[in-house]
Amino acid sequence: MATATAVGKSSTVAGDGHKHKKNALSDGQGRLAWMLLAPTLLVIIVVAGIPVLLSIRESFFQTNSGVDPNTGLVAGGESFVGLKNFTDIFAGANQVEGSYGTMDRFWNAFLNTTLFTVVCVLLETVLGVAMALIMSKAFKGRGVVRAGILVPWAIPTIVSALMWKLIFDEAGVMNRILHQQILWLADTGASFWAIVIADVWKTAPFIGLLTLAGLQTIPAECYEAAKVDGATAWQQFTRITLPMVRPTLVVAVLFRTLDTLRMFDLPYGMIGPGKYRVETLSIFAYQEATQNRYGPAAAYAIILFIYVLLVAFVFVKVLGADVIGDSAPPKKKKKKGAGDDDAKTSAVPSLEMMGGAH
Amino acid sequence: MATTTTTPAESHLTREEVARLAKPKKSPRARIGMIASYVGMGLIVLYCIIPFYWMIVSSLRQPTEGRSTEFLPNPPSIENFQGVFSGTNNFGRSLINSLIISGTTTVLTLLFGIVAAYALARLQFRGKAFVLWLIMACSMFPLIILIPPLLKMFSSSPPFEWFPYWINTYQAVIVPGLSFGLPLAVWNLTAFFKQLPVELEQAAMVDGCTPGVAFRKVILPLAAPGVFTTAIIVFIGAWNEYLVALTFLQAPERQTATVAISKFTGTTGFDTPYGTIMAAGVIVTVPLLIAVLIFQRRIVAGLTAGGVK
Repeated sequence: MATATAVGKSSTVAGDGHKHKKNALSDGQGRLAWMLLAPTLLVIIVVAGIPVLLSIRESFFQTNSGVDPNTGLVAGGESFVGLKNFTDIFAGANQVEGSYGTMDRFWNAFLNTTLFTVVCVLLETVLGVAMALIMSKAFKGRGVVRAGILVPWAIPTIVSALMWKLIFDEAGVMNRILHQQILWLADTGASFWAIVIADVWKTAPFIGLLTLAGLQTIPAECYEAAKVDGATAWQQFTRITLPMVRPTLVVAVLFRTLDTLRMFDLPYGMIGPGKYRVETLSIFAYQEATQNRYGPAAAYAIILFIYVLLVAFVFVKVLGADVIGDSAPPKKKKKKGAGDDDAKTSAVPSLEMMGGAH
Repeated sequence: MATTTTTPAESHLTREEVARLAKPKKSPRARIGMIASYVGMGLIVLYCIIPFYWMIVSSLRQPTEGRSTEFLPNPPSIENFQGVFSGTNNFGRSLINSLIISGTTTVLTLLFGIVAAYALARLQFRGKAFVLWLIMACSMFPLIILIPPLLKMFSSSPPFEWFPYWINTYQAVIVPGLSFGLPLAVWNLTAFFKQLPVELEQAAMVDGCTPGVAFRKVILPLAAPGVFTTAIIVFIGAWNEYLVALTFLQAPERQTATVAISKFTGTTGFDTPYGTIMAAGVIVTVPLLIAVLIFQRRIVAGLTAGGVK
């Protein structure tokens, strides 16, 4: 990221004279640019920037409760508690019984969130890539498949949560098909898998669609050359398909991961609030906020945010996710090919974001 | 003439052999691969459709048979759909609320997004990378981090006594909705504008257009598919939004459709009124599905335009 910024700046400064020839629209239009960006930046600052700062402030406070010993009145307002909201996580004052034994409610939610993310994203990716491979092989009927694949994506998450709730009902069709009496919705270990199934259903097809877009950019010559050299289908897949589809896939997986870390609607609508086997950090923080425990809620939300940022950082640094393909536009604009890459990477993650389960 | 010349050749071959030769040659392996891929595609479609089918079937049962596991409604009934709009649910109202909120969010998002994307795609200025990262980071916030402060702000509780009371107003959902829609819109539109060669605008400017007019009359019409795609995606995102609406719209007559569905108590009593809920789910989803199916080519093509050309 830092390098991208540096590149952008240095070439703006150094290549200024050159650029006038290159792009007649960009003659010192910095002020115009900021004017055009103003509404967007204003919205982002007002609805995202300020609240995040307020949340950080909030996390050092706690709502007063009980009776004030000095005045004898019911206490109101808030008092500064320092890092207490954060350290309370380790104090273990709020023990609950979840899938991983008795532990603090925060850690239970943390583990749920992490496990949901790992399991769901893994399954979605495998399934999505498989779908993309199948779709890339066929020419007829691709439109039908594409239409079908958009169905889970278009259904509101909360509606799909209720839909799966009916399917996983104790007397529902899933138990009928399995000839079992599994209590999917009763906050059992099975509830976790019910959520996983529902989430994978909703998002795997979409990973498939995005991966398909990536697959279609691989030139057929690569495969022909591989065939001439006697590569097996598996070798072609691991040596050509995967490496070449990797940029698309990594970005898609990154955004799915970030979405799943923030999962709320699905467990909330399907199993309900306060169910410890499926309670995610988002649900926990929400429950705290609705009970006027704003301080702890903000603290948990901030930890989740840091967690999300860390994961994103790991993706960008370790897996080399090209999230911000157009971060160095002056440099890339010179090459048409690079510009096309930009368009792809930037279109892909953004739709992916909307496919998610906020 | 042609027929007579081929006749002697045909005499050596049976009709079946001619038919076989006429077809393009396919190895048995390739044929198996073909069949397998069609089977695979069938499975994908079934996988995607079946749960939705279950929702439709369940909505078409009689209200008393909400949990029935029959694969076809027997007897079919539209009572659930009538029940959805019955007095206590306020569902019709919630649909209108959803429409107003998502429509406004979409229009404002596009308005702000287009100008911002134009700046990012066409103008050179310092701090562009910073802006891109800011917008990117904005899409990474857990929604939940915004809820406590916004809840305090919108309910005018201390220290926000100066802020207008926004609970149960449309703007309480529209304004946060913008911050989720905008990163997506800016991102998508920037990509679309970048794809269009800058020479088009230059040509227009040579012909006497100002940059603004050149953009409006040349680039915007050409980017219309991209704008349209973005609009659909933003609209669907806003229409499906749940958490913010759940938090800030508590009065029944202000709820959006997604919140209303999740709070259905139905008309039939204490048992979860699955039939009615599924009917409402179908009503909320079907317009989106129709739109998505009509424009699927455009959605997917718009998405992958940069990648597959």
